[in-house]
Amino acid sequence: MASTMTDDTPAATRRDGDRATAEAGQGARDSVTARSVTINRPAAELYRFWRDFNNLPKFMADIVVIDVVDATHSRWTVKAPGDREVGWTAEVTEDQPDRLIAWEGRGDIRNSGRVEFRDAGARGTIVTATIAYDPPGGALGKLVAKLFRREPAVQAAHDLRRFKQLMATGEIATPAMNLAQLIDDEESR
Amino acid sequence: MRALTWHGKHDVRVETVDDPGIVNPRDAVIKVTSTAICGSDLHLYDNYIPSMMKGDILGHEFMGEVVEIGPKSTLKLGERVVVPFTIACGSCYHCGKQQFSACDNGNPAENQDAGEKLYGQTMSGLFGYSHLTGGYAGGQAEYVRVPFSDVGPIVIPDGVDDDKVLFLSDILPTGWMAAENCDIAPGDTVAVWGCGPVGLFAVQSAFLLGAERVIAIDHFDNRLALAKRFGAETINYKTTDVAMALRELTGGVGPDACIDAVGLEAHGLTADNVYDQIKVSSFMATDRPHALRQAIMACRKGGKLSIPGVYGGFVDKFPIGALMEKGLQVKTGQTHVQRNLPALLTAILDGKIDTTFLISHRMPLEAAAEAYKLFKEEQDRVTKVVLKPGMVAA
Ligand SMILES: NC(=O)c1ccc[n+]([C@@H]2O[C@H](COP(=O)([O-])OP(=O)(O)OC[C@H]3O[C@@H](n4cnc5c(N)ncnc54)[C@H](O)[C@@H]3O)[C@@H](O)[C@H]2O)c1
Ligand SMILES: [Zn+2]
Ligand SMILES: [Zn+2]
Repeated sequence: MASTMTDDTPAATRRDGDRATAEAGQGARDSVTARSVTINRPAAELYRFWRDFNNLPKFMADIVVIDVVDATHSRWTVKAPGDREVGWTAEVTEDQPDRLIAWEGRGDIRNSGRVEFRDAGARGTIVTATIAYDPPGGALGKLVAKLFRREPAVQAAHDLRRFKQLMATGEIATPAMNLAQLIDDEESR
Repeated sequence: MRALTWHGKHDVRVETVDDPGIVNPRDAVIKVTSTAICGSDLHLYDNYIPSMMKGDILGHEFMGEVVEIGPKSTLKLGERVVVPFTIACGSCYHCGKQQFSACDNGNPAENQDAGEKLYGQTMSGLFGYSHLTGGYAGGQAEYVRVPFSDVGPIVIPDGVDDDKVLFLSDILPTGWMAAENCDIAPGDTVAVWGCGPVGLFAVQSAFLLGAERVIAIDHFDNRLALAKRFGAETINYKTTDVAMALRELTGGVGPDACIDAVGLEAHGLTADNVYDQIKVSSFMATDRPHALRQAIMACRKGGKLSIPGVYGGFVDKFPIGALMEKGLQVKTGQTHVQRNLPALLTAILDGKIDTTFLISHRMPLEAAAEAYKLFKEEQDRVTKVVLKPGMVAA
């Protein structure tokens, strides 16, 4: 692509984001979304929290539970529309302490995730999450819409913001006035 | 509990709603003893601010007694506190730079989408001020859940009257920051558009920060008289050509700094479809002059423009040429309330700043709907209404 000579942006922000990301070797997938946040905590601390997949449901809204099977495998159960659930088994495919975690999911839906932690000096750490879905048959739009309650790109952005809040402040911001409202909000989300 | 809720343009009601409680570890629950209605609330009352929902509890200026604390709160039960209207975490990059209203973490993840679309990045959460700023229940209520209670609220010593310190929640720090943003140097003349609470505190603050002269502009006699009481020279824009008067009062130079303490309801403003409930016609119907535009035109070359007045979207006929060619420096923003609280509390306790002059009405919370109407319709006489949840109607 000609533009790569004069365009220094991350692949996923390009107008042909899916193809560009695939060419950049970040997962050949139909639907790719990548988002970054800067969190003023050290990379090692953020990596450690994320690497324990038991922690992910604390900030990923639609996950019901993740059962960690062994050092590299975990079983994910995710909320789907209409009180249904979908699931997959994820395998960690790349693990660079304090820098990067990548995983592949196989089950109701094929997917992959990759989260990178880059040191940002006094500002802390830049965390970039890339999520890709590759459902069988390729009719992605419809399928993903059926399987998830929210568009994956939007969900990923929200999840990352919650990760940032949790790591920086120890809690996740909510307008709920009390615990009953919090539970209601989470169920209707 | 009882609370003032929003239902649409000029429709607010005192209703029975859920009681708040502790949700997050750093929370506290405050039993409100005093809460005020703000000029910013009028923007909600007049339905100028997008993303309001029926039933939203209003109010961002409040104080009270701590009645419940989360495990990470540093407050003690029974302490009296004033709560900043900006909900800020105290630990992000912006909080570290004391830019509390730009806090990254005060606004819930889902609510950040709209702010990102409208402004590029989201701002902090605010109490009782639409879902763009978090959808947090406000303080015109008997009780409020206060997030990040370990960094926001300031503890008030016993024996100090509510009336003396309530305005630390917003308008005093706002008037102060408006003047601070003028980088006042000895000999400077500061012009202030709007003699509402924000403008009046900006007048006081400008003098305290060393301004030689302050010129205050409004059309309400009572409000202009209050500005005069603090030493300001005054211009009534209904009877005087403001631009010409400012030029003559400053020997042809123009004020060194101009403060727009009026905000979006002063003048024509076009909104795009991001918030389509705002009809261009309703803005064009107002016959008020453009305070911001006037401030830019009046300001001296290389002068300072400070904008505490609230704007929500887009303005029409913005004099970008005058701003650029004259090289004005602009500072604005929702107030970083937490930044100046200790210093301002000290100034109040030392008698250097008076806040009680502002209060024209004290009413029970139950009369809040009536109070809004009064504040809206009789601005000259009604400078500030303080609602007291415990008060029995006279
Ligand atoms: N930046 C912040 O954090 C912050 C905090 C509080 C309030 N505010 C904003 O500050 C503004 C003022 O607040 P307030 O409580 O003093 O409001 P207010 O409504 O009581 O006062 C506004 C005053 O401006 C006057 N005015 C209107 N048009 C004018 C014009 N063209 N020229 C001169 N004066 C004019 C009105 O007569 C009125 O007295 C509002 O926009 C409010 O939303 C901002
Ligand atoms: Zn206010
Ligand atoms: Zn913050």
